Amino acid sequence: MLYNPPHPAETKILTRRFGLPNSESLDTYLANDGYKAFLKATGMTSEQIVDEVKISNLRGRGGAGFPAGMKWSFVPRQSPKPKYIVVNADESEPGTCKDRVLMENDPHQLIEGVLIAGKVIDAHRGWIYIRGEYRYLIDIMDRAIDEAYKNGYLGRNIRGTGFDFELSTHTGAGAYECGEESALLESLEGKRGIPRIRPPFPAVSGAFQCPTILNNVETFCAVPSIILHGGQKFADVGVPKAGGTRLLCLSGHINTPGVYEIPLGFPMMRAINELGGGMLGGRKLKAVVPGGSSCPILKAEECDINMDYDSMAKAKTMLGSGGMVVLDETTDMVQFALRIMRFYQHESCGWCIPCREGTLWLRKLLTRLNQGIGTSDDISMVRELAGNMLGRTFCPLGDAAAMPTISIVEKFRDEFEARLARPASSRMPAPGDLVSIA
Amino acid sequence: MTFSQETEARFERLLSSYPEGRHRAALIPMLMYAQDEVGLVTQELKEEVARRCGVTPLQVDEVVGYYTMLRSKPMGKTHLQICTNISCLLRGGDKLWDQACHKLGIGHNEVTADGAVSLEEVECIGACSWAPAIQVNYDFRHNVTPDQLDKLMDQLRGAQ
Repeated sequence: MLYNPPHPAETKILTRRFGLPNSESLDTYLANDGYKAFLKATGMTSEQIVDEVKISNLRGRGGAGFPAGMKWSFVPRQSPKPKYIVVNADESEPGTCKDRVLMENDPHQLIEGVLIAGKVIDAHRGWIYIRGEYRYLIDIMDRAIDEAYKNGYLGRNIRGTGFDFELSTHTGAGAYECGEESALLESLEGKRGIPRIRPPFPAVSGAFQCPTILNNVETFCAVPSIILHGGQKFADVGVPKAGGTRLLCLSGHINTPGVYEIPLGFPMMRAINELGGGMLGGRKLKAVVPGGSSCPILKAEECDINMDYDSMAKAKTMLGSGGMVVLDETTDMVQFALRIMRFYQHESCGWCIPCREGTLWLRKLLTRLNQGIGTSDDISMVRELAGNMLGRTFCPLGDAAAMPTISIVEKFRDEFEARLARPASSRMPAPGDLVSIA
Repeated sequence: MTFSQETEARFERLLSSYPEGRHRAALIPMLMYAQDEVGLVTQELKEEVARRCGVTPLQVDEVVGYYTMLRSKPMGKTHLQICTNISCLLRGGDKLWDQACHKLGIGHNEVTADGAVSLEEVECIGACSWAPAIQVNYDFRHNVTPDQLDKLMDQLRGAQ
């Protein structure tokens, strides 16, 4: 099983069953509070459940951080259309690997979270959209779903409560864009993953044009604890306006990378030094990508902050998806910026021109700069081009490509300049490596 | 066109998982599971899946052209995928990539002449905390060292 040994600095709520024998089985789940929250929820009104989620200050864990209780309250429950639940398990933001451990180690927690959301809006059908590369997790979720059906935790009249719910997995086929909620819904319907224009939002017109609750895996996984122990208890773990814990995926130049569950507001330097076991080889910290590759990067001297939504916003970056990538002094920032842009250019769905063209041109410019054959104007051009993409696309992919690029160019411009200043003999590319800018 | 019992059972379950009249929703999963059995998305497969999901072959083409994992060309018996995205890059994923290209003598999305191995430089596969990571078909390998990759490639080529 994929999990790291518990660290004393962790607060384990969502991951508390990790490491138990057969933690993925229904038996282990039931022996450890499993499905109690759902049974409690069947005795509550929809308003009561939504209120608990609102009190908990649970915010969406996929990246946007939208308050979950508020999102749920937008679903028009009086609509005559069927209502649906969709789980976003298309985890693909570079640096992020938390939904994976949640599904692998405790799949029933996710199913229970879905059932409670279903109870709130009187939905009777749901899908877990899992990225295609996670085939073994689709098998794990399928087995857990089968087990739940066999034991009456899914299907008709669940555990005699009169509530019906059907749940299945749905595989993606390799597209980062499908992690964006409206593109995911297009993909779920059997189409190319391109974003939908909003409004209407999925709460009103989501899967198959019906009212839908769509949240990230981790968001649903937090719900059983909130209902079982009360929203206030969850809220108390975090900071005002952002309740509970979140899974931090630590990677990069640290001694003990891993996925750790920490309260909102946890200090970033403690994450690096305690959870991460300090910098690899005792080298110096250079920068941190705080929450997946789309977040503006922080320089070492900016990292003395607490990881909650407001503190991160003040530092002009985001908590994002929890993918924290730590960079040491040896990191080549020009190469790093190029690798990020290669990713976004590959994953741009091509629907909006500023993103489709912008990522391509930025990739070309950054490739030239990385080879040391650009000019100083090219560096300014990268900044300007990326700036022109911001806020000009249907979905956040354009911003996701632009934000880290702007921050790297602004904060590490000297490295770009130094690359250009190398003697001509050392920067003459092989003819095959020449990239035409036209 | 018929498939194994297991795949047929999967298709049946798929087609009953979506609202009435919305069989098109089964399209992408059906293509993925069928491709696992056939090895690639052939013209015959496209037509079969189109028929089963109630869409036109053109609508299947639209989807095949969009999703990276759906392939119209045959891949090797083993498909070796190496992640070079940021977390893996910091841990030497780019060097693993160069090593594989050099040793196998092929590049991105190419197949060795004997058809044993195909190679793909992939985007983040969600193994960032266990980087550098690779996927061998659907299996994850974590914290991969150059030595381990070397042995793996020998094995894959020897398995012919």
